[in-house]
Amino acid sequence: MSTRLPTAGRLIDRTTPIEFTFNGKGLRGFKGDTLASALLANNQMLMGRSFKYHRPRGVVASGAEEPNALMGIGQAGRFEPNQRATTTELFQGLSAESQNHWPSLNFDVGVINNYVSRLLPAGFYYKTFMAPRAAWKHLFEPIVRHSAGLGKAPRDRDPDKYEHFHIHTDVLIIGGGIAGLQSALAAGTSGAQVLLIEQTPHWGGRAPVDGAKIDGFSADEWIINTIQQIENMENIRMVPRCMGAGVYDHGYALAYERLTDHAPELGGPRHRLWRIRAKQIITATGAIERPLSFAGNDIPGVMLASAVRDYAVNFGVSCGDRTVVVTNNDDAYLTAIAMKNAGLNVPVIIDARPQATGPLGVQARDLGIRVETGKAIARVLGGKRVTAIEIADQAGQGATLETIPCDVVAMSGGWSPVVHLWSHCGGKLTWDEANAHFRPDPDRPPTGADGEGFVITAGIASGVLTTAEVLSDADAAGKAAAKAAGFSPKRSAGPKAKDVLSQPMAPVWIMPQGASVKKRMKMWLDFQNDVKVSDVQLAAREGYESVEHTKRYTTIGMATDQGKLSNINALATLANSLKEDIPKVGTTTFRPPYTPISMGVIAGEAKGDLFQPLRKTPIHGWSQTHGADWEPVGHWRRPYCYQQPGESVPDAVNREVLNTRKNLGLLDASTLGKIIVKGPDAGKFLDMLYTNMMSNLAPGKCRYGLMCSENGFLIDDGVVARLDDDTWLCHTTTGGAERIHGHMEDWLQCEWWDWQVYTANVTEQFAQIAVVGPNARKLLEKLGGMDLSADSLPFMHWADGKIGSFDARVFRISFSGELSFEIAVPAGQGQAFWDTLHDAGQEFGLMPYGTECLHVLRAEKGFIMIGDETDGTVIPQDLGLNWALSKKKTDYMGKRAQQRPHMQDPGRWQLVGLKTTDGSVIPDGAYGVGNGKNANGQVNVIGRVTSTYYSPTLDCGIAMGLIEHGPDRMGETIDFPALDGAVTPVRAKIVDPVFFDKTGEKQNV
Amino acid sequence: MQFIYPRSGGHDMLILNCPYCGIDADETDLHSGGQAHLKRETIGSQDTDFENYLFNRDNPMGVHFERWRHANGCGKWFLAARDTTTLEVFATYPAQTLKPPQAVVNAIKKKHPDWKGWP
Repeated sequence: MSTRLPTAGRLIDRTTPIEFTFNGKGLRGFKGDTLASALLANNQMLMGRSFKYHRPRGVVASGAEEPNALMGIGQAGRFEPNQRATTTELFQGLSAESQNHWPSLNFDVGVINNYVSRLLPAGFYYKTFMAPRAAWKHLFEPIVRHSAGLGKAPRDRDPDKYEHFHIHTDVLIIGGGIAGLQSALAAGTSGAQVLLIEQTPHWGGRAPVDGAKIDGFSADEWIINTIQQIENMENIRMVPRCMGAGVYDHGYALAYERLTDHAPELGGPRHRLWRIRAKQIITATGAIERPLSFAGNDIPGVMLASAVRDYAVNFGVSCGDRTVVVTNNDDAYLTAIAMKNAGLNVPVIIDARPQATGPLGVQARDLGIRVETGKAIARVLGGKRVTAIEIADQAGQGATLETIPCDVVAMSGGWSPVVHLWSHCGGKLTWDEANAHFRPDPDRPPTGADGEGFVITAGIASGVLTTAEVLSDADAAGKAAAKAAGFSPKRSAGPKAKDVLSQPMAPVWIMPQGASVKKRMKMWLDFQNDVKVSDVQLAAREGYESVEHTKRYTTIGMATDQGKLSNINALATLANSLKEDIPKVGTTTFRPPYTPISMGVIAGEAKGDLFQPLRKTPIHGWSQTHGADWEPVGHWRRPYCYQQPGESVPDAVNREVLNTRKNLGLLDASTLGKIIVKGPDAGKFLDMLYTNMMSNLAPGKCRYGLMCSENGFLIDDGVVARLDDDTWLCHTTTGGAERIHGHMEDWLQCEWWDWQVYTANVTEQFAQIAVVGPNARKLLEKLGGMDLSADSLPFMHWADGKIGSFDARVFRISFSGELSFEIAVPAGQGQAFWDTLHDAGQEFGLMPYGTECLHVLRAEKGFIMIGDETDGTVIPQDLGLNWALSKKKTDYMGKRAQQRPHMQDPGRWQLVGLKTTDGSVIPDGAYGVGNGKNANGQVNVIGRVTSTYYSPTLDCGIAMGLIEHGPDRMGETIDFPALDGAVTPVRAKIVDPVFFDKTGEKQNV
Repeated sequence: MQFIYPRSGGHDMLILNCPYCGIDADETDLHSGGQAHLKRETIGSQDTDFENYLFNRDNPMGVHFERWRHANGCGKWFLAARDTTTLEVFATYPAQTLKPPQAVVNAIKKKHPDWKGWP
């Protein structure tokens, strides 16, 4: 059993007990515990179930690389799935639940997958896709869907706050072990600004556990001294609980700080995302121990040797009473010695190497520990806990020599430097034959804007393993980074350490080396995704030679731990299967983040009202208090309609339409884009930009214009007014103002830079209000001022003047078919002008109207809307707008593109009106169907609806649509199947798109 | 041995110096505009030339010329010569030119003597 030792535990405070719950059961730990160490102290080795086979799984590691002990932590809106118990600090009231089992952790029905595991080999999903369609739909898909996903998603809104920090620094150091500390000190003495971050709450890393001696001090003492020195330097900032998540272009880095996960009572932001721009980055990210591949290596109780040691030294927890150590290197001997010194039983050290003659081997034997060399674990016995192991010869096929009872297996397959952050932005790796690991190649670092490297590794992350090498490497890294950042590091000797000489490790990728297929099917590589040696070998046999393909086929390394334990073993297995060298097979790509970061911290403050800036017209506040039902249009909010008390939205729209047609409507059109184009070459420029001619527009007049992309498709439309000889005012769509202004600047700056044209986006300088309806002129004449009679200001003209006391520019244009004046006043006068119009208009039946009324009015008149009738694939010719395509101009944007054969195809769908036969409204987006079927046996589609409304004016459903040969089919009836698959389609007759007042009598008065 | 890694996707954060206002701008302040030094094809051009102008772009591993706009800054378009694999920026320069200035070409040649040069 696992239990708390009577003494030891350098990180726990035995005087402060902490209560927590696991799967509803109340348990107790100490301050300083991780959830994993506290569970082990309560003899809870079983911590989860594997993803695919639902096998019982115990904790394997003691840090960020943990694949098994994933928990759902917290409750309600604070619930977070897939949290590693090994990196979760214990706090009073913590509630944790294990995952991926039903009905309970101890008894899980899903374990049935384990017994049919032969039917679930590598590539199971891909192979299943090949099954008959019916089997997929009715059998496999429900099963896969039910079992997909690991943790549960939280159901409630997250009540916590998250924030972003932006910071520039000279040197960023990721990792606060002894290497990171020494690098910080070395860089800091140069005066450079240094940011030192560490993912755990503790500084110093593994050195104290491994019993390092530095400058004559114990590691713990040296760490305390060094921290003190650093704290005395104002240019070094230390941030614990802060994980280096990713390294990006040109010295950009992201770090993830967990501020209150360990102490929810603190309040304030829960997580913080550090967005860092560093001149130099040092990755002092340490190394991760590798598991060994032997049959049954996933049974709870089989752990990394370093983790077993960590739990004993850091937390005073014994993982079991009888610990068998299995290794291919000297480091694991430290675990055996630590266990023995803690008074626990170490029945045997199984060393795959032919001999163990190093000092640690000697020391272990001196302590009376039995050491078996050239041996392997043939098989681990046990179900939910290890009960024994069988020993065999490493060189053989696994014939059992001896069975040894035990409850912990501490394994070590060697150490792999954490190269993730080095690799994120292109740092290259090299294969280190002696230590059988990939390490950063210092000659090929990630490079910055100047072409020079901006990442330096320090300590074990560089691939060095002894304390002395770690410290001198870190000292050099700190000085090099400071120098590269433009500072002069002090010449000083780094700290000295003495190491016990160790005997070289020997790579062991499978144990024993001649293991049978049956054994290889029980050798786990990826614990979280249930990928075994046999799966990778199967992938190789089936032709998956690329490591990237093998990864996707077997899913190895694709779980939430991203293969921190499994990748190198999997590569070696693949390389052996392909009979290739490991470096030839290469690694998969390392991508950020290093460990998962919360969704909340990615969003930061950008949620709710702060999600994005909101643009408001001068009339926004008035609309807010007068029943506006808001609709987002770009970053603007526009009233969809103005609801009166007790009125539904559709009723409000209908009322607004009828009132505008009969009396008078008022529209806030301020969001319309307004761009001034000025200069000697402005006319020439606009002739290139618009499909029709703008240079010959007379001052005082307006013209509706179309803009196309170089590809020929419509991108915007609007009314252009010529203000004077060299000035035009271009109206754009609400959503198009910035885009079109950018488009103009692009062509002026990059193509026609010798043309003298200047543009200014003045959209927000004016409030623009449309006064629309039969009584429009009456209202404006009542206010007095400029002459707005039909003779003085005919349709499609504009004039400057006064309306009442307001300076106004009046455009006689109409998007409704009614008598209409669009009046621009300075933005600051917008609300006052609106109020004046609104009050004075009451006797004429004035009502404000919103965007939906605007839409219905324009659809009744057959006016197109960019974004409804167009979708990036529609050309003016499709919409019957040939009249707006200049024949005089030799060139305009889109003209060449529209000459291409498929643009001239008479079979293109073309705009028509659609009137339903029963008066109903066609569903938006419906497709029209014709006769016959296509090659796939589907009904032929001959068109689609682009706008569809109920017309209160005509009291029936009207629509516009693009129909094959539409204009030639007037009077024909077409079926539009309903979107919900209802049997009876909506029927509509093809008609002229102008439904109302075809001759324009109402607007030309 | 050589390993070829694609650059990590997702969070590109180049710094480019705007030649107009002199600011070292983060990529978040910029809008990218694709390949630089395209020749506009229009009325009278062959279909294949027009197709190349509209759709076909270089995608080199190595030296590349790009259009960028200092959108959240001075608003000006400028051009950048950079290495798509090492992320080295050889130069940024004003957009009002049909080809990279000689100084830019020289800067590239210095780092990449085997570069084929500007056509």
